[in-house]
Amino acid sequence: MTDMPMEDAPVRGSLTQVDARTKKRNAAEKRFKAYGIGAILIGVAFLIVLAVSIIRSGAPAFTHTVMDVEFTVTQEEFNAAEGELFKTKAYSNLFIGKLAAQLEEMGLEVEIEEAAIERLLGKVGADIREFYRENTDALGTPNRFELSASSRVDGYFNGRVTRDTLVESRFLMLADLDLVDVLHEAGIIKGAFNWNFITGADSGVDNPGGAGIGASVIGSFFMMLVVLFLSLPIGVAASIYLEEFAPKNRFTDLIEVNISNLAAVPSIVFGILGLAVFIQFMHLPQSAPLVGGLVLTLMTLPTIIISTRASLRAVPPSIRDAALGVGASKMQAVFHHVLPLAMPGILTGTIIGLAQALGETAPLLLIGMVGFVARGYPEGIVAGFTDPNSAMPAQIYTWAARADASFYDKAWGGIIILLIFLLSMNILAIILRRRFERRW
Amino acid sequence: MPLFWLILVVVGMSAIGFVLGRQRALASAGGESRDLHSLPNYYGWNVALKAVVPAFLLLIVWLIAQPLYVGSSVSATLPDSAVPEGSTRGLVMAEVRRTAEGLDNAVEQGLLDDDFATNARADFTDVTQRLKDAGQIVTAQITQPVLRAAQSYRVMNASGSFYMMIAVLLIAAAGFFFAVRETNAEFRARNVVENGIRALLIGAASIAILTTIGIVLSLVFNTYDFFTLYPASFFFTYLTWAPSFSGRGGGSDLGIIPLLWGTLYISIVALAVAVPIGLFAAIYLSEYASPKVRAIAKPMLEVLAGIPTIVYGLFALLTVGPLLVSVFGDDGLGWMQSGTAVMTAGLVMGIMLIPFVSSLSDDIINAVPQAMRDGSYGLGATKSETIKQVVLPAALPGIVGAILLAASRAIGETMIVVLGAGAAAKLSLNPFEAMTTVTAKIVSQLTGDADFASPEALVAFALGMSLFIITLGLNVFALYIVRKYREQYE
Repeated sequence: MTDMPMEDAPVRGSLTQVDARTKKRNAAEKRFKAYGIGAILIGVAFLIVLAVSIIRSGAPAFTHTVMDVEFTVTQEEFNAAEGELFKTKAYSNLFIGKLAAQLEEMGLEVEIEEAAIERLLGKVGADIREFYRENTDALGTPNRFELSASSRVDGYFNGRVTRDTLVESRFLMLADLDLVDVLHEAGIIKGAFNWNFITGADSGVDNPGGAGIGASVIGSFFMMLVVLFLSLPIGVAASIYLEEFAPKNRFTDLIEVNISNLAAVPSIVFGILGLAVFIQFMHLPQSAPLVGGLVLTLMTLPTIIISTRASLRAVPPSIRDAALGVGASKMQAVFHHVLPLAMPGILTGTIIGLAQALGETAPLLLIGMVGFVARGYPEGIVAGFTDPNSAMPAQIYTWAARADASFYDKAWGGIIILLIFLLSMNILAIILRRRFERRW
Repeated sequence: MPLFWLILVVVGMSAIGFVLGRQRALASAGGESRDLHSLPNYYGWNVALKAVVPAFLLLIVWLIAQPLYVGSSVSATLPDSAVPEGSTRGLVMAEVRRTAEGLDNAVEQGLLDDDFATNARADFTDVTQRLKDAGQIVTAQITQPVLRAAQSYRVMNASGSFYMMIAVLLIAAAGFFFAVRETNAEFRARNVVENGIRALLIGAASIAILTTIGIVLSLVFNTYDFFTLYPASFFFTYLTWAPSFSGRGGGSDLGIIPLLWGTLYISIVALAVAVPIGLFAAIYLSEYASPKVRAIAKPMLEVLAGIPTIVYGLFALLTVGPLLVSVFGDDGLGWMQSGTAVMTAGLVMGIMLIPFVSSLSDDIINAVPQAMRDGSYGLGATKSETIKQVVLPAALPGIVGAILLAASRAIGETMIVVLGAGAAAKLSLNPFEAMTTVTAKIVSQLTGDADFASPEALVAFALGMSLFIITLGLNVFALYIVRKYREQYE
C-alpha cells in the first residue's frame, strides 16, 4: 500500500505528522477508554470502602472491656455479708474494699465510689454473691473474676465516647473516666474477646453489652434447613419436568412465564404472601423459622430452577441417547444418567440460592421474625422450627434500628458474621464447581 | 407434636411397604427376578408411593381446609350483637382465635385444666384474669360470646385434628394394602411408578403457578378489604400520608402519591448512579479489557450484587449518611438536616445496582455480532467511534431492557430505604430531604402494633398490590424488549 503512487489523493501533509482531526479523534478515543477504566475503578473503590468500613466498624463488637480482678473472700466475710440487710450492697462494698487494697498495693491512690462502680460494672455485688453462694468451697482461696464493663466503657476505649463529647448522665460521669484510666494503667481493666457476642441471644434495649447473635444464627440455621429440604427436591423436580419431559404447550408456557416473573418479584411481596397465606390463612405460628423457611423457599425456587435447568441443559444429548439405546426408559435415562452428571452444577446453584436466602431480610420482618424475639436458644429440634426466633439479617436490622448507638457496633459485628457465612458458602460453591464441573 | 409423629408414621409405613412390595413380587416370581415385568425395586416403590403420596396430599389439603371450615362455622355462631359498633366480624374472629390460642397455651402450662377451658358456663371475667395470669396476650376483657366462640373453636379444632389423623392413616393404609395386593409378577410396576413420578414432577413445576396465584389472591383479598374500609379514590389521589397510630382506624390519611414520589425519586437517583457506571464498566469489560483484567474485574463487580441488602442498608445509615451530612449538612452547605435522605438511599442503591446493569449490558454488548464491528473498523472508525455509532445503537433495546430491570429492582428494594431514606412521607424536590417509599411503609405498617384488620395495616396490602403491578409491568416489558432484541441476531 505504502509504495503505491498517490497522485490523485488530496495532499494531507505528511503521514508521520498527525493532523488536527486525527488528534481530536484519538483524544476522544483515549477519553472514552478512560471513562470505562474510571467506571470500573469506581465500582471497585465502592467495594473496598464497603469492606473497610465493615471491618473497621465491626471489629469492636468482638471485643469487650472487662475488669479482671483476683481476690479472696474468707468465710467470715461471706457470713458477715450474708448477715446484712442489703446483701448485694454488702458484696459490692466488699468488692470495692478488695479493689482499693489491690490498687494500694500497686501504689495507686484513687477514691472508689460505690455508684461509680455500679455505673462501670452494673450490679457487681449480685454476681459475686451468686458465685459464692453456689461455690462455697471457693471461699478462702483466691478467685479471678472477669466482670464485663458497661458498653459506655467499651465506647471510651474504641473512641466512640471521648472526654470532650461525654454528656454526663446516670450512665457515665466524667470522674468515672479517671477511675477507668487508673484501672487501665494498673492492667485491671483490659480488652477481652467477647464470646457472648457469638454465643449469646439478643438483650433488651438497655443492655447493648449483653447482646449476642448466637440465637439468631440458630434461627437462620433452622430456616436454611427448611429451605434446603424443600427447595432442592422441588426445584430439581420442576426443572427435570420442564427440561426433559414437558411438551410444548400452553401449560408449559404458563409455568415458564411464572418462573421468570417470580424471579423478579420484590422480596417484600413474598413477605406479604407469607403473612397472608401462612399466618393469616393457615394459622401457622408467627415468628417461626418454619414459616420463614417456607417463604424463603418460594423466593429461592425460581433461582434454583433457573440454575438447575442450565446444568441439565449442559449434559450433552448423547448421554441420553446412549441410555435410551441400551434400553433404559426415559425416566431411567434422566434419573440414572443425566441427573448425576448435572448434580455438581445443581448443588452449586442451590448453595448460591441458599446464600441469597440467608441474607434476605424484608420478608422475615413481615412474618414477625424481628430481632427482639431471639431471646434464647430453642429447646429441642421441633421447637427450633416452631418457636419464635429471629434470623441473622433481621437481628442486624433490629440492632440498627435501635436508638442506642452502642448497638451499631453489634450490627456491624453481626454483618461480619453473616458475611463469613455467605463467603464460606460461596467458596464451597466455587470449589464444587472447580472440582466436579465437566465440560463436554 | 402429633403432626410430626403422624408424618413419621406414614413415612415408616411406606418404608415397610417398599420392602414388602419387593418381597411379594419376588416371591410371586419364585425368587427369580428375570420373570418379573419390572425390576424388583419398582414393585417396592409402587407400594411406598401409593402409601405416602395420597396420605400427604390429604394431609396438606386438610391442614389448609380445617382452619377455613372451623373459622367460618364459628363465625356463623357469633350473634350480630357480639360485633361491636365500628368493628367487623373479622376483628372479632381474630379475638376469638387469640382467646382460643391463649386457652391452649394456658392449658399447656397447667394453669387451666382442660375441663375448665371447655366449660361452657365458665365466668368470662374469671377466664380473662386466669389468661392474664398465664401471661397470655388478651384484649382487656373477653366478652361472653367471644369466650363461647373461642371454646367451640378449640373443641372443633381438636376434634378436626383427631379426624385428620384417622383419615390420613386410613388413606395411607388403604394405599398400602391396595398396592401390596396388586403386586404380582405380571404387574407393570415400572410404568405405574414412572407415571406417578411424572405426575409428581408436574406437581413440583406447578408450584410456580400456585405461588403466583397465592401472591395475587393474598394481595387482592386484603386490598379489597382495605378498600371497603377506606375509599380507593382517597388512596390514589390524596397527597398526604399520615396514618393514625392508635391502630384502631379513623383519622388516617393514606394517600399513595407521596410514597410513589419517594420511590420514584430514590430510584431515579439510584439509576443516575448505576447506569453510567454500570454501562461504562460493561463497555470497557467487553470491548477493551484484556482477558486477565476481565477475569479479575468482572467477579469483583459481581461481588457487589452478592452482598445482602441489609449490609447496604447499614452502610447507608451509618457510613454514607453521616458522610453526606458532613458535606451538605449544617456544617457544610446547609442543605441536609439528617443522614437519612433520598440522596443517601439513592446513592447506596446505585452502588448495589452497578453489577446488575453491567453484567446484563455486558451480555448484550457481547451478543452484537463481530462482523458489525469489523465493518466499522474497515471504514476507518476508531474503537470508541465504533462503539458509539455501531455497537451501542445495535445493543440499545437490550440495554434499555437491562435498565428497566434495574429500575424494577430499585423500586422493589426494601432494606436500603427502610434504613437509609427516613420515615416521613413528603412531596419535595430536595434530594437531601428524608422521604419514604412504598416498600418502607409496607414494613412499618405491618410490623407496628396496628390490628391486622384495621385500615392502617391493610393499607400495606394495597401498597404491595401497587408495587407488584408496577414491578411486574416493568419486568414483562423489559423481558419482552430483551427477548425481541436477542432474536434479531440469532
